[in-house]
Amino acid sequence: MESEFVSVVNIVDSIRAGKTTASAVLEQHLARIDKRETEIHAFNHIMSESARANAASIDADLKAGKERGPLAGVPIALKDNMCTRGVPTTCSSKILEGWKPPYDATVVTRLQQAGAVIVGKTNLDEFAMGSSTENSAFGTTRNPLDTSRVPGGSSGGSAAAVAAGFAAASLGSDTGGSIRQPAALCGVVGVKPTYGMVSRQGLVAFASSLDQIGPFTHTVADAALMMEVIGGHDPLDSTSLDQPMASLTAVLGQGVKGMRIGRLADMPDGCEPEVLARLDAAFVALQAAGATIVDIALPSLSYCLTAYYLVAPAEASSNLARYDGVRYGLRVESADLISMYGATRAAGFGAEVKRRIMLGTYALSAGYYDAYYGKALKVRRLIANDFAVAYQSCDVILTPTSPTVAFPIGEKTSDPLTMYLCDIFTIPTNLAGHAAMSVPFGTGAHSMPVGVQILAPALGEPTMFRVAAELERAS
Amino acid sequence: MSNASSAPSHATVLPNGWEMVIGLEVHVELDTKTKLFSASPNHFGDEPNTNIDPVTLGLPGALPVINRRAVELAIRLGLALNCTVQASTFHRKNYFYQDLAKAYQITQYDQPINIDGYMMLPGDVRIGIERAHLEEDTGKSTHFGGTSGRIHGSDYSLVDFNRAGVPLVEIVSRPDIRNADQARQYVSELRSILLAVGASDAKMEEGSMRCDVNVSVRKADEPFGTRCEIKNVNSIRAVGKAIDYEARRQVDVLESGGTIRQETRHWDDSEGRTHTLRVKEDADDYRYFLEPDLVLLDPGTEWVESIRASLPMLPAARRARLAQLTGADKESEAVYVIVERGQDDFVQLVADAGGEPARALVYVQQAFAEAGANPSVPAKDLAALTLLERDAKVTATQAKTILAEIVANGGGDAVAIAAAKGFEALDTSAVEAMVDAAIAAQPDAWAKYCAGEEKAMGAMVGAIMKSSQGKADGKVVTAILQAKRG
Amino acid sequence: MSPSSDAKTTPKITAQVVAKVAHLARLDLTEAELALMTTQLTGMLDHFGDIDKLDLSAVTPMAQPFPIKNVYREDVVVPGLDRQEVLDNAPAPQDGRFRVPPSNGSES
Repeated sequence: MESEFVSVVNIVDSIRAGKTTASAVLEQHLARIDKRETEIHAFNHIMSESARANAASIDADLKAGKERGPLAGVPIALKDNMCTRGVPTTCSSKILEGWKPPYDATVVTRLQQAGAVIVGKTNLDEFAMGSSTENSAFGTTRNPLDTSRVPGGSSGGSAAAVAAGFAAASLGSDTGGSIRQPAALCGVVGVKPTYGMVSRQGLVAFASSLDQIGPFTHTVADAALMMEVIGGHDPLDSTSLDQPMASLTAVLGQGVKGMRIGRLADMPDGCEPEVLARLDAAFVALQAAGATIVDIALPSLSYCLTAYYLVAPAEASSNLARYDGVRYGLRVESADLISMYGATRAAGFGAEVKRRIMLGTYALSAGYYDAYYGKALKVRRLIANDFAVAYQSCDVILTPTSPTVAFPIGEKTSDPLTMYLCDIFTIPTNLAGHAAMSVPFGTGAHSMPVGVQILAPALGEPTMFRVAAELERAS
Repeated sequence: MSNASSAPSHATVLPNGWEMVIGLEVHVELDTKTKLFSASPNHFGDEPNTNIDPVTLGLPGALPVINRRAVELAIRLGLALNCTVQASTFHRKNYFYQDLAKAYQITQYDQPINIDGYMMLPGDVRIGIERAHLEEDTGKSTHFGGTSGRIHGSDYSLVDFNRAGVPLVEIVSRPDIRNADQARQYVSELRSILLAVGASDAKMEEGSMRCDVNVSVRKADEPFGTRCEIKNVNSIRAVGKAIDYEARRQVDVLESGGTIRQETRHWDDSEGRTHTLRVKEDADDYRYFLEPDLVLLDPGTEWVESIRASLPMLPAARRARLAQLTGADKESEAVYVIVERGQDDFVQLVADAGGEPARALVYVQQAFAEAGANPSVPAKDLAALTLLERDAKVTATQAKTILAEIVANGGGDAVAIAAAKGFEALDTSAVEAMVDAAIAAQPDAWAKYCAGEEKAMGAMVGAIMKSSQGKADGKVVTAILQAKRG
Repeated sequence: MSPSSDAKTTPKITAQVVAKVAHLARLDLTEAELALMTTQLTGMLDHFGDIDKLDLSAVTPMAQPFPIKNVYREDVVVPGLDRQEVLDNAPAPQDGRFRVPPSNGSES
């Protein structure tokens, strides 16, 4: 991939300076899509026509001296679980195939107002349930760096689209690591903001108390700019934090001198040695930049998987009950209502979604609630308490994003639990509602990229971005 | 709508010492401009599916945001029902049905906004109110084919989501109600309170107030029996009829050695009976859990107290005030009717203008059934009329005629109207003379009357009224006749 | 991955329970799917038994990340959706409404 006009900041500056146009930048990206999309399958839906019209209008406005916003002319891809008015939004599920939302998600409106050019809707694990983008009803997305491997998931299409240069940036959603893990596996930056920092209005819900939208970008500065555009209070989301979006682009150069970086004293088993080596290198780099390393403990870490895989499916079982063939989406005609429900949902959902609906329904049902869902909520409190203690002695915590680099397609599809273990480092953040991001930091086995995860407390984005920028400089 | 206490008693007494135990769950639609969780209009009677938005339709990605006014109205109602207002949460009640867009209803579960209230019924009967919580209404289905309009055996249904998301308060009574009369009084009083505080228009015919009735029977002082829930009880009259029917049915079943199944039954108003709708099963598993898309609702003392301070005087207090003013029984029909019409302030105005309060109450009840809370007649004109009648310057019948003329003209001088019509009440000695004349003229009738045949009096009274040209007061005539009979 | 030996723990899942849950979730599963689901859920729940060894008696449940409260919307109408645009997305629109097969009164 040619390096010209790849980063968001570079594109914005070049268009402003008149070195290129929104249309030219778009054509460059569309050409890359043309060349490699068949092989990679990052998209469920490519919006070349509306993107061209949009880019042309931006060029015309800029030429006329009109302000078109901080992302004027930047090609951006959206995970296909964000509502786009009149444009198919499928969640990579047959149950929503062909559905055209009559409204836009808040993030979509904000991107449009900022002048972004939306190029398409990206593939995902059905309803964002998965860690490899193999659970899509419309085919697997491949890792652009090695097409025999997965891009990670569930936002695999959004990660691949940025890695392959199909879009300068993209949005994903992260419920248990669905932005950070594919970012790590595709070698790009991925941010899971503090819960409530980015509006969920128009994001098709998976697990409402865990879901959060965030960006994929090539650079930390791009991610900061994207956050400033999509973040901030939204009155349409009751869980949106009612405070102004912190400036992130302004803090990137501030360095990490004096910062305390937490290191897990007990690293869970199962990490590839090359991954751990890169993590060690990251600590060394931050130390060299003036930070101190502090050993911390998260005693409840190993229980997070259980808490997550009870809480998320429970919420999902309720969130996905609305796909009933009445108002939108698939219907399998039947003689009576109950048969119609059962047949529609059986035909419309894939195996992983059914599994999680079953698990969640079970965990909430009479007689089992206390044993499963009720206990899981208490474990959730334990991990939040662990973090509260840890952040008394450190400012951020560094972990691997994923225990492994991108694995071969098909390797983990037979055993759901093995796949769930991919999320061990990412899940705790979602349970706590905190901020986290993955930054590429060299390569591991098979020359595939390794991501380092920076965990920060709630609203800790400014600190987190300073660390990310430092790692980027060191990598 | 007739008020509860004045209606003839329908309190069915069950045979063999059986006692009814009744609890009511009343759903009322709050009188807001928009829905509970979204900004679509809350409006009855519009074209199907025109008051819709992503939240109402349960579209993917839609999120609820609570309507402040709905919370305020719920608190107003809770305070009027003597409830404690507390910090509350919302849960999801999960079940599949065509009317329920998200396949879960957002409702309040273990932390409702209003708890532990009560309502007083005539005879100092206290009915406990367990809770009055907020929840969203469902859409509405119309059934086609098969037996017309019935859900059973229909060919298909069409669903309209205009009503989906309309704010409801569900008021759950404790099982303190013991007969159909009390149940009707409870619903009627609740309706008056809803109107008084402006929480709802409480139109049962439009479904903005809907009753589910829980009925069981037991022998006095024994534990509660198995209850049945009766749905589709759409009028206050039907509440009474459904309870009486259902209680008798249960007694019949039990006395013939059967047992009552816990079930939901449907009231068929045209047949006057209840039918099994569905048997409660283990399958009723709603998987309640805290709604993650909403946050804690904690109105706080300051807001609650400012709402309390803004509450109007409630119907019970207004009735007590009117009863005290007029000397009437606070549970009399006149007092209920006047307060329900909101005309008690007008009665007070008449009294303030020097009128005689007891007669003012009667006049207002007679003359202003359609007038609303503020009859457009000067209170002083009514006051003047009460005095004419009190001082026996006109008879009751004449006063009624004058009242009708004052109302028709939007006011008028009672004294002048009486004079113009030649009205004057005869004094007692003149009436006595007429009575004596009538006895003399109709000795047979007098004899029969003296022998105890009351209706024989009619002929004599008629003659007297005729000879007085209506100026004799009928009540005075009757009293004299009775005195003379001894 | 072995389940806890602690007796207070988690109930076992059976094929019968799985079938009941499938009905609650309105998922028509084939016999083969039910069998596979029973095996897989058993495996997961065994793993999830790890939390049984924690003493959670004094822990407050955490259903949401932050203790936010009192988020309101004012009671002001905002224009809603266009009915036609919505019905164009519906599987069976009819007379401005959503047509569904008969329900035989399972709820009301």
